[in-house]
Amino acid sequence: MVHEWALAESIILYIKQQGYVNIKKLRVCIGVLQSIDKEILNYALRELAEEYGVKLDKVELVDEYPLLKCNVCGFMWSINPSEISDDVREAIHFIPEAIYAYYKCPRCGSLDYSIVKGRGISEISVDVHE
Amino acid sequence: MMFMSDPRLLRALKTLSKIKRVYLVLSSKGGVGKSTIATLIAFYASSRGVPSGLLDLDFVNPSTHVILGLRVEDIKYIEEKGVIPHRIGLLSYFTIVAYTRDLPLALSGENARNALRELLSIVNWDNLELLLIDTPPGISDEQLELIYALRGVIKPLLITTPSRLAWHSVSKLIELLRGAGYEELYLVENMGNGELRYLVEKQGVKYLGYVPYIKQIEDSIGDLNKLLQLNVRANIDELVSKLLV
Ligand SMILES: Nc1ncnc2c1ncn2[C@@H]1O[C@H](COP(=O)(O)OP(=O)(O)OP(=O)(O)O)[C@@H](O)[C@H]1O
Ligand SMILES: [Mg+2]
Ligand SMILES: [Zn+2]
Repeated sequence: MVHEWALAESIILYIKQQGYVNIKKLRVCIGVLQSIDKEILNYALRELAEEYGVKLDKVELVDEYPLLKCNVCGFMWSINPSEISDDVREAIHFIPEAIYAYYKCPRCGSLDYSIVKGRGISEISVDVHE
Repeated sequence: MMFMSDPRLLRALKTLSKIKRVYLVLSSKGGVGKSTIATLIAFYASSRGVPSGLLDLDFVNPSTHVILGLRVEDIKYIEEKGVIPHRIGLLSYFTIVAYTRDLPLALSGENARNALRELLSIVNWDNLELLLIDTPPGISDEQLELIYALRGVIKPLLITTPSRLAWHSVSKLIELLRGAGYEELYLVENMGNGELRYLVEKQGVKYLGYVPYIKQIEDSIGDLNKLLQLNVRANIDELVSKLLV
């Protein structure tokens, strides 16, 4: 089982800490930059929910496309992970900030840019049973 | 339980709380020997048969792999329900350079904070007796993050030289840590000969000992056998023993 397991465990620990144990739907936004395997994440979420005593009916994993913004010239752009070489994509898969070792602002060449959206796991929301 | 706004911190705390002793190696002053002392303590402990860990959280200036003599391509992690660190004998070792190929990595405070949380939440340390965490110098986003978010699972291990400027800076860090609720603080005097003991103890900080100036350090960096034969071995071994209590 790969490192998606660790990501799933953070999510389950979090919803449990918020006091949710009987969930109709769990919705998680997933930044495409991190190339998370959704099938594995879904499987890990379900296994871990059971392990932690959380009842989990539906899981919805929503893609969020990357948006980067240069803090120097203001340029905004996106990156499609399928166009990144395998080893760099793998590095970003583990630590998205590794991107700063490999990419610059395509317009002005600055390294001072922000990942505005689509970095990794964001927005976790739940619908609970009445 | 303390409420955390970021799910990743929950898993980070869960993983770190399984380790008996986690020391956050800190100094507000740069260049005082944090990376050198952290690496020597973790490596010497492991060579004495103690399962130990070394985590390099200085993303901008990672240097522990240089001290250990590891080439970037030789650092190998295993993916299993997270990421299992690289092993050198009984030493478990993790650094970001395996992902950045040691290319320059300039991170803003916010990016460093994100990288920290991500990394702490995915690395699986198993059954360590001792973990040393090397940090960048200063008191900024990364140190604050570690000091506040990891309260309860880490013990601060301060490094300073006897230089008046270094001690002046570290005294303020001591105050800051006290304000954050840390009662037990530890300190190692590096490149000195014990002259700081009195001042340190006066502040109520546990003075663990000193490491003298090592003349042959340049020749020993990157060579594990030479590191084991340093003439300060007795000093470091004493630090290890005190940290294991
Ligand atoms: N006891 C010692 N004797 C001689 N040289 C030392 C000793 N300890 C550290 N050094 C040297 O001092 C320099 C700074 O050490 P090191 O990089 O470990 O400090 P640091 O506090 O981690 O620095 P930074 O703040 O940049 O992270 C290095 O060149 C190192 O080899
Ligand atoms: Mg250092
Ligand atoms: Zn730009």
